[in-house]
Amino acid sequence: MSEHIVIVGAGHAGGTLATQLARAGDRFRITLIGAEAWPPYERPPLSKQLLMGEVPTEKVFLRPESFYADKGVDLRLGTEVVSIDRAGKTVTLAGGESLAYDRLALCTGTAIREIPVAGRDLPGVHYIRTIDDTLAIREKATPGARVVIAGGGYIGLEAAAALRKLGCDVTVIEMMDRVMARAVAEPVSRFYEAAHRAEGVRILLETGVAEIGGNGRAEHVTDSHGQVHPADIVLVGIGVVPVVALAADAGLAVDDGIVVDARARTSDPDIFAAGDCTRHPNALLGQTVRLESVQNAVDQARCISNELTDKGADYAEVPWFWSDQYDLKMQMAGLPAPDDQVVMRGNPDSRSFSVFYLRDGKVSGVNAINVGADYVRGRKWIGEGRTVDAARLADTEIPIKEV
Amino acid sequence: MPVIHITNRAGAESTLEAESGISVMENLRDNDYEIDAICGGSCACATCHVYVDEAWAAKLPAQDDDEKGLVEDEPTCKPNSRLSCQIEMTDALDGLKLTIAPEA
Ligand SMILES: Cc1cc2nc3c(=O)[nH]c(=O)nc-3n(C[C@H](O)[C@H](O)[C@H](O)COP(=O)(O)OP(=O)(O)OC[C@H]3O[C@@H](n4cnc5c(N)ncnc54)[C@H](O)[C@@H]3O)c2cc1C
Ligand code: FES
Repeated sequence: MSEHIVIVGAGHAGGTLATQLARAGDRFRITLIGAEAWPPYERPPLSKQLLMGEVPTEKVFLRPESFYADKGVDLRLGTEVVSIDRAGKTVTLAGGESLAYDRLALCTGTAIREIPVAGRDLPGVHYIRTIDDTLAIREKATPGARVVIAGGGYIGLEAAAALRKLGCDVTVIEMMDRVMARAVAEPVSRFYEAAHRAEGVRILLETGVAEIGGNGRAEHVTDSHGQVHPADIVLVGIGVVPVVALAADAGLAVDDGIVVDARARTSDPDIFAAGDCTRHPNALLGQTVRLESVQNAVDQARCISNELTDKGADYAEVPWFWSDQYDLKMQMAGLPAPDDQVVMRGNPDSRSFSVFYLRDGKVSGVNAINVGADYVRGRKWIGEGRTVDAARLADTEIPIKEV
Repeated sequence: MPVIHITNRAGAESTLEAESGISVMENLRDNDYEIDAICGGSCACATCHVYVDEAWAAKLPAQDDDEKGLVEDEPTCKPNSRLSCQIEMTDALDGLKLTIAPEA
């Protein structure tokens, strides 16, 4: 009899896992349960092409909706799993129905971090995590609409770029002294700050949101310096938190993420987890991490599917990520630490340059802006643990392949 | 409907009735030709790598630097390598022949 695999969370990891397992034919019976009404989809376009209205909604689906039924996957949308009974090996759905599993995979992702200020519940305060969020913002993003964005991370900045393109008036309020401070080195932050200003975005640094106010809906944001910004749309992008309640309630190990081993197994041998919700070891990085990226969601889903089809291997992947803002395409790899050496390659004024990060001479990260070749090389070097000479790396006269 | 002749990773040949106006990658992915296309066509992952039949190579839109940089570094890269997300399917490509590259 086929083994029944129940996947909780029909996002990028859950959708990928179902697709991969379906390739094993009759070996598995697959049930994919998602709280959202949409089939598994890609979130990156939510702050990019979908927000700009460049693509129809179906274009962001991982596979056409009919794909799952065609492959024998029982896709249950608009359905929430509320508890796990590990002893009985069942999950309970919001309607009360209970489902037996042989193996369970938790792919529950993250949830938005709410902004902890007065007025946060007013209508007109938006986040970007789901298709519905993006469609709701786009509806109101008419030319001239005033948008105040709380948070100058990559999602806030991508949204700023998209909304400028739609003709909105955009203000970004960022607590730190530079944008994307958690993700990139200072020169990259400064470059993006200047690029946004040149496009007409107001960027306020070292500024917090004190309050959101308005009469029955969000109409203005008061910042930490007391300045009031009128707003038609308030958009909050201050990070996310892993969705771990199901796992924690079931007594699985949780530590800012569901704790899994190198084969994506939780502390229960019949329960796996993948994607944004996991804290996992990565042999290549020599540390335990929780990542929020498509790369990790897909590679961990693949790790589970390999494990279940007897091709198991320990997880050791170079993290990578990308961000599109205006005509700037940034590709990033590695996991640089704040005190890594920063090496500039190329001139930011050309809008095409890269920044490499070195730790003890070894390449630990790369941010390549409009230079695919540097990104590809950097990613490879990180995987190889290669040592490079900083001076040669900085010299654009030397082709990247010969550095 | 234009068709694409595909040789999959296992070496089996088949013909796909393709949709024009979307990329070759989307045609392959949506019909489960085992293409991961992790980045969704952003030219950032190279998991949509295919080998295009020589006869067709010249009829395809040219490769830009981004695509070139990414695909050239794949250990499985050949002179006829392309990233299928960078090729839009059109009626003019009716009969296109390609092979799915092995997983890197
Ligand atoms: C606006 C935006 C832009 C992004 N841009 C990029 C980018 O450019 N590049 C990149 O690499 N990454 C990007 N990301 C991050 C990337 O989308 C995530 O890392 C990825 O979606 C993680 O996949 P996941 O499957 O772990 O979680 P998700 O895709 O979040 O899926 C989790 C799903 O589980 C469901 N769920 C949770 N609990 C339950 C339950 N109890 N019962 C049923 N269902 C449940 C949720 O409703 C959700 O649909 C972006 C994210 C956002 C929001
Ligand atoms: S889908 Fe990622 S490069 Fe083509």
